[in-house]
Amino acid sequence: MDDRTPPLLVHNGEGFLLERFPLGTRVVYPPEALPPVRDVDEAIQNALLNPLESEPLPELLRAGMRLTIAFDDISIPLPPMKKPDIRQRIIEAVLELAAQAGVDDVELISANALHRRLTPNELRDIVGERVFRSFFPDGKLYNFDAEDSANLTHLGQTKHGEDVEISKRAAESDLLVYVNVNLVAMDGGHKSTSIGLASYKSLKHHHNSHTMIHSRSFMDHKASKMHHSAWRMGEVLTQHVKVFQIETTLNNDIFGGPLEFLQKREWEWSLKDQASMLGTKRALAAAPSKLRHKIFTDVRSTYGLTGVHAGKIEPVHDKTLENVHRQHMVEVQGQSDVAIMGVPFIGPYNVNSVMNPILAACMGLGYYFNSYRGNPVVRKDGAVILYHPVDYEFSQLHHPSYVDFFEEVLAESTDPATIEAKFEKQYAEDPWYIHLYRTSYAYHGVHPFYMWYWISHALDHCGDIVWVGANRKTVERMGFRSASTLSDALEMVSHSVGRSPSITYLHNPPHLLADVR
Amino acid sequence: MMLALEMYRSPAKFLAAKAVGGRIPGILTGPAAPLRLVTINEPKAERPGWARIRPILSGICGSDLGMVTGSTKLYFSAVVSLPFVPGHEIVGELLDDCEDLPKGTRVVMDSVLTCEARGVELCENCVSGNTNRCDRITVGHVAPGLQTGFCQDTGGGWGNMLVAHRSQLYAVPEALTNERAVLVEPLAGAVHAALRAKVQPGQSVLVSGAGAVGLFATLALRELTQAGRITVVAKHPKQRELARAFGASDVVAPDEVFRGVRRSTGAFRLKPDFGAGEFLLGGVDVAVDAVGSKDSIDTVLRVTKAGGRVVLSGMPASGADLSPVWFRELEVTGTYASAREEPNGRPAFETALELAGRAPLDGIVGARYPLYRWREALDHAHSAGRLGTVKVAFDVRAS
Repeated sequence: MDDRTPPLLVHNGEGFLLERFPLGTRVVYPPEALPPVRDVDEAIQNALLNPLESEPLPELLRAGMRLTIAFDDISIPLPPMKKPDIRQRIIEAVLELAAQAGVDDVELISANALHRRLTPNELRDIVGERVFRSFFPDGKLYNFDAEDSANLTHLGQTKHGEDVEISKRAAESDLLVYVNVNLVAMDGGHKSTSIGLASYKSLKHHHNSHTMIHSRSFMDHKASKMHHSAWRMGEVLTQHVKVFQIETTLNNDIFGGPLEFLQKREWEWSLKDQASMLGTKRALAAAPSKLRHKIFTDVRSTYGLTGVHAGKIEPVHDKTLENVHRQHMVEVQGQSDVAIMGVPFIGPYNVNSVMNPILAACMGLGYYFNSYRGNPVVRKDGAVILYHPVDYEFSQLHHPSYVDFFEEVLAESTDPATIEAKFEKQYAEDPWYIHLYRTSYAYHGVHPFYMWYWISHALDHCGDIVWVGANRKTVERMGFRSASTLSDALEMVSHSVGRSPSITYLHNPPHLLADVR
Repeated sequence: MMLALEMYRSPAKFLAAKAVGGRIPGILTGPAAPLRLVTINEPKAERPGWARIRPILSGICGSDLGMVTGSTKLYFSAVVSLPFVPGHEIVGELLDDCEDLPKGTRVVMDSVLTCEARGVELCENCVSGNTNRCDRITVGHVAPGLQTGFCQDTGGGWGNMLVAHRSQLYAVPEALTNERAVLVEPLAGAVHAALRAKVQPGQSVLVSGAGAVGLFATLALRELTQAGRITVVAKHPKQRELARAFGASDVVAPDEVFRGVRRSTGAFRLKPDFGAGEFLLGGVDVAVDAVGSKDSIDTVLRVTKAGGRVVLSGMPASGADLSPVWFRELEVTGTYASAREEPNGRPAFETALELAGRAPLDGIVGARYPLYRWREALDHAHSAGRLGTVKVAFDVRAS
């Protein structure tokens, strides 16, 4: 920031604002969108026919076999993709090859682990009308149910004693094809099958406060304890199940049409961009909250495909990471005293829903804070300043256990290890939450705990966490502080970072991965 | 002659009190209250077994406030005799020898005026020790009155003197302070409620309300039963603190009851159509209503599991939805005062005296007023929860 820098756009829930940062603030922008693959269908065919360290897919298919296709659920990409979804294109290509090989026994599973079930319409959006109509009515396209003990198989334990329990159908298939969308470097690899199709019994080995706090960062699977565990489980899993992994990477082309200005740098805004920004900002401010919510829920992105790779999990994932890093990585020289982040309207767990206070915290302190490689953007005991209204707003349909977690658990403690020891089991085994997870569209009872563990590294690392413009009560319940303005927030953290701190503003979304050197 | 507060017959004031209910306590304890400070003749203790008592401290109970605010049902008009001196939670000093109790003994009083006190042949309930269910509370040589404090002849704790029968009296151990002793009567009621609740080992209990009745019920449930999780519904910060001190496992706000009980019991929570109140499938094994309001009773009926037990400990309001009683086959039980022969084989007062000696009751009597400051006292009692007070009492000796 210098004297000539215009006010910068900051995402702030279902809206955004223009903020003038202190002079000298370092702004980290996400990289420009990479050029997309021109012929997507050709790229998919090429990946299926020329896989990495695997026979071509047609050679793995034969009549009479059991084929299971698992795919990433609605939590990615963010925002959802304009139709046709890349998963649809891949699934259709796989099914065509399967049909040519005479494979009759095919089932499609949304690998939602402990996420909520997808509604029929949401499934249709992912797999497309043709696949939906062919499989859904016969019960061959469905959500994974981590509480359906009759349909889970325990494949064994890792050398660290971690249980590997996954979908029985997937475990007993002759071939498991996994269709992944890699929006950020955290996804894909062994995380796909050994987490997406796993039960609580498996997940608790790595989704816990100890593992999460030592996962530095989630975006680097070689430095993340969670990923180490998933990789160990993947080894066990692939000893029993033949997995054909298909991973895709997307570019940063998130906001198009009237929202295109959101992914440009402010000083590059044309008059049209400025007009769009002002019009959108004012319209959003004037719109009733329901309409505002609908506007953001309806956003669909025009992502371009930057790569598709298939074959054995590890080499496929290496290629994927190359692409993701090429798209997201930004070199950042040194840590700063303060990191500033705007939390936008959407996160992985509130698609078609509400970003409740815990999800807002997870988005800011779990995802954005951890969007680094090497070291966090903010120094140890530095301050993080976040923007989001953090309203007391919960979806009883999607997040029933979150309400109780917020009211009951956080009232007692905000320390991840303490709440894990005292409350996690109760919530994980609560019959009401299990009932809602299995029959309604609720996240599993234990899910808010995972969201809280997700922020444990930030809680441990940061000296101060202040939210600008947030609901004071909700923020206090989570153990944070709120300020009305950025100046107030900087004043509040001055006791730990001084009056002239070095400041970095992470200008996302679109996504970025700070490579802090 | 003695100074006393007297409840008298005044249809106009009664109607005024009923009309404004508990909404404007300043008016109720002011010109609209059917209560007055008077100098009247002292009650006489002429029959064998009766003695005079000079109250030291006399508590203000919810039922006393109910009378003043007109929320007491007309049902009870047949079992009181106006005018009377209210006050049934007392610790006082005997002014006469009373059978085995010598003059000067500090006593507390089981206020129910049973057959024995009335000098009539014992009714079936009195014979069996269920003295609080006495059927003869309107006959005998004492004017009609379900308890001392509602009877024209006996006087009450809100006056400088009252009379009581030996069967009503319990000597106070020397170590027990007056501030603790004045709580023995409501504690005895809580002992009775806890035992009537028939809580089995490990059963979950909800206590709705954290006024004196609810807090003491929580204490008694924790002390006298092997209840598992006890959840208390408390509105105010001090009440929440005390509920925990008295043995609550969880404390929830009134608008969190369904969430809290559902969480602690793993029940299913259902929301009917058209704004009808939600309810649980599953829930607590036993619920104790210590408020008596329609909302509170509705709530306890809706969060008790099928076949569970609901104990009405507060004086109940009308208009509660009884659908759950039918649909969930609930067992609804009332508890009134306390009995001489409780299920543990002892008078509730004996158990209560022991509890009063060892429970964390210091500070529970949060304010003391002389009789002539009665308007302030009743105002304070009316807003006790909000003001962080559990029990307001008259300091009769200072009057």
